[in-house]
Amino acid sequence: MVQKLDRLKESPSQTAGPYVHIGAMPNWVEITGVWKEDLGLVLVGPETKGERVVVKGHIYDGGGTPLKDALVEIWQADAQGLYNSPRERRGKADPHFTGWGRQPTDGVTGEYKFETIKPGCVPYRDGRLMAPHITFWIVARGINIGLHTRMYFGDEEAANAECPVLARIEHKVRVPTLIASRSEENGMPTYTFDIHLQGEKETVFFDI
Amino acid sequence: MSDHESFYHRDRSWHPPAFTPQYKTSILRSPQYPLLSLDNTISEMTGPVFGHDRLGPLDNDLIRNFAKTGDPIGQRIIVYGRVLDENARPVPGALLEFWQANAGGRYRHKKETYLAALDPNFGGCGRTITDEEGRYWFRTIKPGAYPWPNGINDWRPAHIHFSIFGHAFAQRLITQMYFEGDPMIWQCPIVSTIPDRQAVEQLIAALDRENTLPMDALAYKFDIVLRGRRSTMFENRMEGN
Repeated sequence: MVQKLDRLKESPSQTAGPYVHIGAMPNWVEITGVWKEDLGLVLVGPETKGERVVVKGHIYDGGGTPLKDALVEIWQADAQGLYNSPRERRGKADPHFTGWGRQPTDGVTGEYKFETIKPGCVPYRDGRLMAPHITFWIVARGINIGLHTRMYFGDEEAANAECPVLARIEHKVRVPTLIASRSEENGMPTYTFDIHLQGEKETVFFDI
Repeated sequence: MSDHESFYHRDRSWHPPAFTPQYKTSILRSPQYPLLSLDNTISEMTGPVFGHDRLGPLDNDLIRNFAKTGDPIGQRIIVYGRVLDENARPVPGALLEFWQANAGGRYRHKKETYLAALDPNFGGCGRTITDEEGRYWFRTIKPGAYPWPNGINDWRPAHIHFSIFGHAFAQRLITQMYFEGDPMIWQCPIVSTIPDRQAVEQLIAALDRENTLPMDALAYKFDIVLRGRRSTMFENRMEGN
C-alpha cells in the first residue's frame, strides 16, 4: 500500500435530455413568472465595444437532420481579447460584455443564432496568439457529455494560418470544419457555423 | 499564465462515452473521430460568473416558485449538498440550475407528450448559487418515474437534472441526480451509459434523516464534484490545492 492522493472523481456527466430548456431557459418554453428573463440571451448592449456580428448555424446529426432540441453555449473574449472572468489576469475586460451566451436550436428550423461582437486575439500557452475564436459547448438529448468546439472566422485567413491550436489538427482536411464563412445579412456581418456531429464533415471536437 | 491554473484531464473512462447504442438517440449524435486533446488555454480556464443578485427569493423553492392555487402534489423534499473540486475544495459562487418532472413524471414542456397530468402548481425549474463553503440547497417535490420512447418499455428512474457552472468553462457540466434505494436506476439505458458502477453511485443522493424537517419534508444529500486545478509547484504559490 502507498499513501492515498485524497482526490475526488469528477461527477460523471449525463445527457441534458430533451427538456434542458426547462432549467436553462424556462421562459422560452412558456414557463413564465419564475424568473424574469432567461440567462445568456443578450450579449451585446449599446455600450459594448467591438464589431457587431451575427453567428448562426445548424447542428446536424449523422443522418443529416438538424437537431431541434439542442442547447448551445458560447464563451468568448471581448474586442480586446480579454475575458470577463475573475480568472482573467491580463487586464480588465469590457464591463459591457459578458462574453457568455446561450441559445436553443429552433424547435422548428433547428437554427441557432447569437448576436455578439467579434473577439480579439488571445494568447496560447506559450504566448503566441491564437486566431480570434468563440468557444462552443453543445448539449442535447443523445449527447452523453457536452461537446466542446471552437468557431474561427473565415475572414481571418492570416491569423487562422498562424493559430497554434488549428496547427495541432493533424488531418488538415478537417480544419475547415471550425471556420465560419462570412456574409452580409440585413446589413450585419453574419458568420455561418454549421456543426456536424458525425459523418464526412464531422466537426473537430476538443478534449480540453 | 502557463501551466498554472489548468485542470486535471477529464477521465473519459469515468464519464459515459459518446456512442452508447442502448440509448438509441446517441447513435447518430455521437462524434466518431477521436476528440482533439488540448491543454487548457485562457479560453477554457476562464468562465462566466453569476452574482447572487441575479437570483430571486423563490428561485430555489420549486414548491412555491410556480404555485398558482396552492402547493404542488407530491412528496416534499429538500435537496442539499456541496459543490467541490477534485482536490476536495469547495467551489463557492457556482451557479446550479435544476429541472425535473412533476410527481406524476410529467414535464412542463411544449414537446412533452406523456399522458400523466400536468400539475398547475408546478413549473419544474429552479436555480441557486453556492455559498462560501460551496453549499447549496433547494426545496421541491420528488419527481415521478416516466416511460420514454427508446425500447418498447423503457422507464427513467426518478431524477433531477443539474447544470453546473464552476469558475472556468472547462468545468462546465450537466448531470442527473438519482434517489437512494430506487430499483429503476439499474434498469435505465441512460444511467447505464456510465460504464462504472461506482461512477453511477456518485450520482445517487443519500436519504438523510438527520436533516429531514419533521412533519414537513425528507432530505437528500447530493454532492457534486467539478474538475480540479493543477498545483503550481516551483512556479508560483500553491494555488491548485
